[in-house]
Amino acid sequence: MSLLHWAVLSPFLLAIIVPILYKLFRQIHTGWFVLILPILLFTYFSRFISLTKQGDIIMESATWIPSLGIHVDFYIDGLGLLFALLITGIGSLVVLYSIFYLSKEKEKLNQFYVFLLLFMGAMLGVVLSDNLIVLYSFWEFTSLSSFLLIGYWNERERSRYGAQKSLLITVLGGLSLLGGIILLSIMGNTFSIRELIAQSGELMDHSLFIPALLLVLLGAFTKSAQFPFHIWLPDAMEAPTPVSAYLHSATMVKAGIYLVARLSPVFAESGLWFWLVSIAGLITLFWGSFSAIKQTDLKGILAFSTISQLGLIMSLLGLGAAALHYESFGENIYLAATVAAVFHLINHATFKGSLFMVAGIIDHETGTRDIRKLGGLMQVMPITFTVAVIGAFSMAGLPPFNGFLSKEMFLASMVNVLELNIFNMETWGVLFPVAAWVASVFTFIYSMIVVLKPFTGKLQLQLLDKRPHEAPVGMLISPIILASLVIVFGIFPNLLSSRIIEPAVASIQPSLAGPDFQVHIAFWHGFKPEVWMTVGIIAFGILLYKTLPKWQKITRWIPERISLNALYDNGVRGLDRSASSVMKFLMTGYIRTYLLSIFLFFILSLGFTLYWKDAFKLDTGNFARIGLYELILAAIIVIGSIAILFARSRLTSIIILGAVGYTISLFFVLLRAPDLALTQLVIETISVSLFLLCFFHLPLMASRKEERMTFKLNNALISIGVGVIVTLIALSAHSNKLFDSISNYYLENAYKEAGGKNVVNVILVDFRGLDTMFEITVLSIAALGIFAMIKLRLTGRKDKS
Amino acid sequence: MKQNDLILQTVTKVAAFVILLFAVAIFLGGHYSPGGGFVGGLMTSAAIVLLLLAFDIKTVTGILPIDYKLMIGSGLLISSLTVAGGLAFGVPLMTHVYHYVDLPLLGHISLHTAVLFDLGVYLVVVGVTMTIIQTIGESE
Repeated sequence: MSLLHWAVLSPFLLAIIVPILYKLFRQIHTGWFVLILPILLFTYFSRFISLTKQGDIIMESATWIPSLGIHVDFYIDGLGLLFALLITGIGSLVVLYSIFYLSKEKEKLNQFYVFLLLFMGAMLGVVLSDNLIVLYSFWEFTSLSSFLLIGYWNERERSRYGAQKSLLITVLGGLSLLGGIILLSIMGNTFSIRELIAQSGELMDHSLFIPALLLVLLGAFTKSAQFPFHIWLPDAMEAPTPVSAYLHSATMVKAGIYLVARLSPVFAESGLWFWLVSIAGLITLFWGSFSAIKQTDLKGILAFSTISQLGLIMSLLGLGAAALHYESFGENIYLAATVAAVFHLINHATFKGSLFMVAGIIDHETGTRDIRKLGGLMQVMPITFTVAVIGAFSMAGLPPFNGFLSKEMFLASMVNVLELNIFNMETWGVLFPVAAWVASVFTFIYSMIVVLKPFTGKLQLQLLDKRPHEAPVGMLISPIILASLVIVFGIFPNLLSSRIIEPAVASIQPSLAGPDFQVHIAFWHGFKPEVWMTVGIIAFGILLYKTLPKWQKITRWIPERISLNALYDNGVRGLDRSASSVMKFLMTGYIRTYLLSIFLFFILSLGFTLYWKDAFKLDTGNFARIGLYELILAAIIVIGSIAILFARSRLTSIIILGAVGYTISLFFVLLRAPDLALTQLVIETISVSLFLLCFFHLPLMASRKEERMTFKLNNALISIGVGVIVTLIALSAHSNKLFDSISNYYLENAYKEAGGKNVVNVILVDFRGLDTMFEITVLSIAALGIFAMIKLRLTGRKDKS
Repeated sequence: MKQNDLILQTVTKVAAFVILLFAVAIFLGGHYSPGGGFVGGLMTSAAIVLLLLAFDIKTVTGILPIDYKLMIGSGLLISSLTVAGGLAFGVPLMTHVYHYVDLPLLGHISLHTAVLFDLGVYLVVVGVTMTIIQTIGESE
């Protein structure tokens, strides 16, 4: 365990303590305690900037399951560090913001911060682990903690709906990612990302390469809300605004981006990767920006804008991958796409984070987020307005903000696609810059909606729940910091380029970004096509924004009931319905039905296996001699079993059953197994008394007083079948011995290794002690289950009477 | 269950003690002769069940005011701590340590961490059986 391990573990440890702190210091907002951790982590991680700048990689290992090749290896390179800084940096600001956003009187703060810390730790684990299985575990942990955060206001129906939707979709992707990871490990014989990258050349030719690629991409696309899996993100907006700012714009949704970037060196040589990633990204970019315009909820607009921006980054990563696939073409052009992706990732975190916080402030101070009700807030909230202008203009891609720079680089990369004149690129490749341009126009429009609709126009007080006023200072700190970053990164972009962007790009494309690779982001780069495209975007954007009411109806041309959301809803409903119909068929409420199906399955599956494996060979040579005592006991058991069938009352049959059990324990005595005999005797005693207790309390069946059961051929056949199968298995197991008996090992080693002479007990507590551990756990659960069931039923009855 | 069976009650008073003592004996001797936590626990519950049958539940809870659910929990805790204990010394899970000592009166006996694990099993078994029997017996 190194310091790095503790750093990843620390949020989880703090999560354990938070509820205690919450209870102890009720008068202090719990957020203050939580705030310390991300700040500490941020300073800790920023120490690595100088190391990764030189191309160093920090690697710390710890073993977890060495026999399966699963190690908790964390490593920091440019890409991992960039994400770690985002997670802890934005995390600090979000926690600070949440202290003022969530009231300590009304909210369940302990739960909120526990979930948030779990999420922070999981996210750090995702971006820092080298082992794919460890990465996957943390990955699913982010889904779970985001589920809890989205459903934080679990009394609201929409919150529960959104939480379930995000969980279903992201976990579906997570499972597919797991499949991809397993295929990768089969191909490369390792779970380590670095080792997989090292052998990427050989992996290409493997037959499992394409399936692995598709499965991994499905995981990344669901997480990063790419079309058509984006539908969960708008519903996730039911979470408290700090959560939306953190998870749904800055960190979790970027996990998919991270995964694509991280595994680019493994997959990027395949053309399929380039096509899938860039086209999925472009469609998402276009569809997200198009859908954002028809939203009326401020957070809804931001959600769709996040979807579209994620698509933008994704498409840039795809184009960057083209550099590896189409080696002969000017590499720097495609490397530029990756640079743009990384740069925009940072920019998006800053401007979208501040915009979400602005939306939260508006919601908090006016009581609504509906842009149809809002207006004229400029006069009452000047600071918030300023932050909103900076964020939105950066999102729209206007100078001098950082969004402008990365948008220019994005447009430049899209234009560069035209130079890639292979396949049908000359014809179809035109679609890349065209789609990018159209999407950018929409982006401009929704950015304007975000800032102009709530803040300009007339203030309609009668529509608002509260009388609006400027937000408290504490709530403004975080958005102001983010907005200043937007400006600083916009004016001095090269603050980032050598420290953060170069190392990150070098880890995404190690083979291309050599030692002399340098990023220089220029503010003005001459009259290139992208500048004219930006001019066009602004001109068309203003024109379309002015005429918005006239054409906005077109955006609603797809009716709700054939949308992807409806597809999802119908799917979930259909699943519910078919599950309940299967339940109704199987769960009749009669134990007889359950036993019938269990026994039928037992007979068929085992009978078939015996037949299939030809296991009927009976070897009678090894049988023990049957003596007088055994015969007598066997006779007693047979007679007892038959007598049960003819018993006239429940009590009689229970007692006869007990007698059969005692006789069996006598068998153990004869066969010199005192432990078994002892256990069987006591168990029999206790179970008979338990049965008696149960039946004592059962109501007498009023109509047919303890009547004998009628003979049913089906039941008889099934019970005879079970008996025959069990006998056959016993005989067959005795006759076909594939391996030597293990008992000699235990006999030899019980005293030597475990210092015990009673082999049975040594096996129970030592050799197979973990089995015992889990058995007693299961027993405890069963006992508590019975307790809860009976006690709950009793209280229910009391309520009725 | 309300019962009034004089012979059963008189015999039980003696027999329950004998059974309990026997249960403790086979629990402690488990590693060397037939017995152990599982059987010992069952035997103990058998003694308590005998008491329950002879007297009613109220009387027995008066004599043995034990929360059996708590007993399950403590048993699980003891066992899992023994399982995890090895980790504190840098050895794999479930590693046991034993040592022989000679004590006056008792003679040559073994001190074994396995008995701690077994104690947990014992408590869980008693707790589980008694929880089940008590809840079913009480629900009228």
